[in-house]
Amino acid sequence: MKKIHIALLVLIAVTIAVLISFMGTLSTYDTVESAMKKKGKTVSIIAKLDRNRPIEYDAVKNPNYLSFVAYDSLGGNMKVVYRKEKPTNLEHSERLVLKGKMNDDHFECSEILMKCPSKYKDDMNQAKKNLQENAVAPPAKNSSTQYQ
Amino acid sequence: MDYTGEHLLPGLLGHFFVTLSLVASLVATFAYFKSSQSKIETESFSWKNLARAAFITEAFSVLAIFATLFYIISNHLFEYKYAWQHSSRTLEVKYLLSCFWEGQEGSFLLWSIWHCVLGMILIRRSRQWEAPVMTVVSFAQVCLATMIAGIYFFNWKMGSNPFVLLRNEMDAPIFSQPNYLSFIKDGNDLNPLLQNYWMVIHPPVLFLGFASTIVPFAYAVSGLWTRKFGDWTKAALPWALFSAAVLGTGIMMGGRWAYESLNFGGYWAWDPVENASLVPWLTLIGGIHALLIYRHTGHSLRATHFLFLITFSLVLYSTFLTRSGVLGDTSVHAFTDLGMNFQLLAFLFVFLIPAFVLFARRYRDIPHIVKEEQTSSREFWMFIGSLIFFLTSLFIMIATSLPVINKIFGSNFTMGEDAVFSYNRVIIFVAIILGILTAVTQYLKYKQTDPKFFRNRIFWPTIVSVLISSLVLALGGINYQDHGAGFLGAIWLAMVCSIYAVVANTAYIWVGMKGKLKLSGGSVAHLGFGFMLVGILISSSKKEVLSWNTSGIFVPLGESKITGKAGENLTLVRKVPATMGNYHVTYESDSVNPNKPLWYYRIHFANKKSKEQFTLMPNAFVNYKGNEGLMANPDAKHYWDHDVFVYITSLPDPEKNKDTTSFRPQTLNTGDTAFYTNGFYVLEDVKEETNIPAGGLAPDDKVYLATLKVFSKNNTSYTSKPFLINKGGTLFAVPDTVTSENLIFQLNNVEGNKVDLAVKEPNTVLQYVTLKAYNFPFINFLWAGVIMMVAGMIISIVRRVQLNKADREIENLTL
Repeated sequence: MKKIHIALLVLIAVTIAVLISFMGTLSTYDTVESAMKKKGKTVSIIAKLDRNRPIEYDAVKNPNYLSFVAYDSLGGNMKVVYRKEKPTNLEHSERLVLKGKMNDDHFECSEILMKCPSKYKDDMNQAKKNLQENAVAPPAKNSSTQYQ
Repeated sequence: MDYTGEHLLPGLLGHFFVTLSLVASLVATFAYFKSSQSKIETESFSWKNLARAAFITEAFSVLAIFATLFYIISNHLFEYKYAWQHSSRTLEVKYLLSCFWEGQEGSFLLWSIWHCVLGMILIRRSRQWEAPVMTVVSFAQVCLATMIAGIYFFNWKMGSNPFVLLRNEMDAPIFSQPNYLSFIKDGNDLNPLLQNYWMVIHPPVLFLGFASTIVPFAYAVSGLWTRKFGDWTKAALPWALFSAAVLGTGIMMGGRWAYESLNFGGYWAWDPVENASLVPWLTLIGGIHALLIYRHTGHSLRATHFLFLITFSLVLYSTFLTRSGVLGDTSVHAFTDLGMNFQLLAFLFVFLIPAFVLFARRYRDIPHIVKEEQTSSREFWMFIGSLIFFLTSLFIMIATSLPVINKIFGSNFTMGEDAVFSYNRVIIFVAIILGILTAVTQYLKYKQTDPKFFRNRIFWPTIVSVLISSLVLALGGINYQDHGAGFLGAIWLAMVCSIYAVVANTAYIWVGMKGKLKLSGGSVAHLGFGFMLVGILISSSKKEVLSWNTSGIFVPLGESKITGKAGENLTLVRKVPATMGNYHVTYESDSVNPNKPLWYYRIHFANKKSKEQFTLMPNAFVNYKGNEGLMANPDAKHYWDHDVFVYITSLPDPEKNKDTTSFRPQTLNTGDTAFYTNGFYVLEDVKEETNIPAGGLAPDDKVYLATLKVFSKNNTSYTSKPFLINKGGTLFAVPDTVTSENLIFQLNNVEGNKVDLAVKEPNTVLQYVTLKAYNFPFINFLWAGVIMMVAGMIISIVRRVQLNKADREIENLTL
């Protein structure tokens, strides 16, 4: 057997080992209910923001504390705590991918990925809505004035 | 119904050219195919002429499509969906081009344009390879043309046409009115994230990189197809180098864009979209090295084929990943599903399957050398390097493809707790190995190396590297603690290896090439690669968060429980200095762009220990076109050895920030004391002055200046000096604000020592910004490394083109 073949096999073996150990670091998508059964384990939950409950974030008191309630498609809901800044557009998100660990009374979130209708500019429904808003009330030319 | 105000001609032209480009590219593909298959020279020649005419027509059509679409966007013809969806009237001219790449159709068009340009060069330059190579390029053009065709076959829509009319695409009540256009005042606008100059230049470069990978692919396919194995490598080498240089530049421009405009806190986040562009680059670099081995020793021709074939296939796979919407839950900036997934997969497989079937069938016929490579030979270690590149790309691709794997196998895996670290802990070892290989391999000779010769030449570079590395490790303070001692050790080792790569390649330019820069393209590129590694390692491991929120200014009040770990965000109240790392930082003021709700925040930094002072102006779009909230753009102070980098993460809600309180009048004599919510104040003194030198005031105009001393509950005192101008009997009050106490004083009247004072404690939310600030040391090593690497590749391209030309001249002479 050629040396180059031996090197090839060794490297492929290393790659497989790396991939297996990589698989070990992976987490899974869960629902609120199944995450409850895996307390302390990192999971990802696809959920929606509960707009009827307050979003708690006060940058003056603590800019690194955000808390809100989210529910998943099965109806399970949970309090989410995220110790970073409030992602912009959180209120307008359609869907949230929350990564973190379930604790006794809340979901300790380490990463929020938001799906916002505005980002989905190719999404027809939102486009339609924008068009209707545009048609009904054309935006002011200088929209900045209203915030001054 | 007759609609008024529409401009239908550009759309008709657009549709015509879309159809023409599809037909012309089909004709070009067929004719080039016939030309390559034909054994009779005259027949082959006439097919080739037809093919050329078709391809030129195709190129012209694509340019015409581009021009028409540009006309539609720049004239704000919102009856066209593309213009309405991706642009607006207020959009600055420099961003008009960016509208092209915001949408999928425009970016396919861009890709197609680059194929046309490359195709025209290939027609002029590729000589005997023209017919087979251009068959492949023309076929890719057919595929791209279908992407923007928008033609229906029964119920299946092929492609998405950029010239469709808004009223045909949407059901909305306004389209029942003939004058609907007069209601559509403005377009949807370009995503503010894309309103950045890097977004104007980065996509064209990246797409040129993607597009150009087809050339080495086409040469490899042509070699297999015509059975002229290996002959193609000479012509393909400059193309492969070009592709690597451009794709590398494009990827790093994307990194620069992320660094400057996105808020990932860095230039690379292992986002699937970033990975998707990196992976083909890695296999391409592997392919170039395999090709060089073949040119010098005759080994590795099969690997060269494989790597070039896989590179373009991976570009197509990346296209599928980023555009199919499959990454929706894992990437921050993937495109969304346009309902073209089948077509995107078809695009991948019509290239992948025939290419690899051909490769498999010809595999045994591809010449190879039975004799084994020596372990002391350069080719042995170059091949190991290529293999590392390939296996790394495999790892990144599999990790990035988790959503695809989930779809196929019904699993539900996702990246773990720390996605970035899952990559870094593997890539750090890749960096170690590549660092050493980059340093040492050039000192080896092809075929075999005399150990003594090797030792003599590598001795001094090794000693110098050891010295520099020891200094860097001893004094550099690389002490990255987040992932334990093992990872820190790996960082140190990688650091040593990268320094070795830098030093050894610098030395090789003199030792090996005798200082002839023209011949040293490889060394310069490797040197740049080493610098990149050094820059990545230092800037990432020594990245410092300046805005650690440990100060006592805003102690979280009872209700928000805080963990022991401090957060990365810091809130600055306007005009109140705070401490951040080595700096006293003050949010001084803000201003707004007159044309759009883009706010700029002046953040002043003053070093505690030195005289260093500077002001940064991070900005943010506030409530921009239905995107409630803010979209922030960072600002950075660049030094040669580090960048201080800051961006806004939160702002007070302007709607809640309206002041509803009014001034409370009171009359005070000097020496009187009065209370406010948070303490009391004393009127110390009132002065009357005349003969004010200020402009516009007459000599007998008066100014009254009151001095108030404010004592707050927490034992801080402030002085406030409101004043009142009496200009010819008319009074002008100039109030004074004690910002930190949220207190405004205004003088309404002064009679001797008696003062009519008005006091206001506005109930507005405090004016503040919440921000994150980082210190990135030696980030410039990364950018400089990229530039050097690309420069090295360009030197090599020039040299290879010259060599090929010289070879041809010799051939012509001998004929």
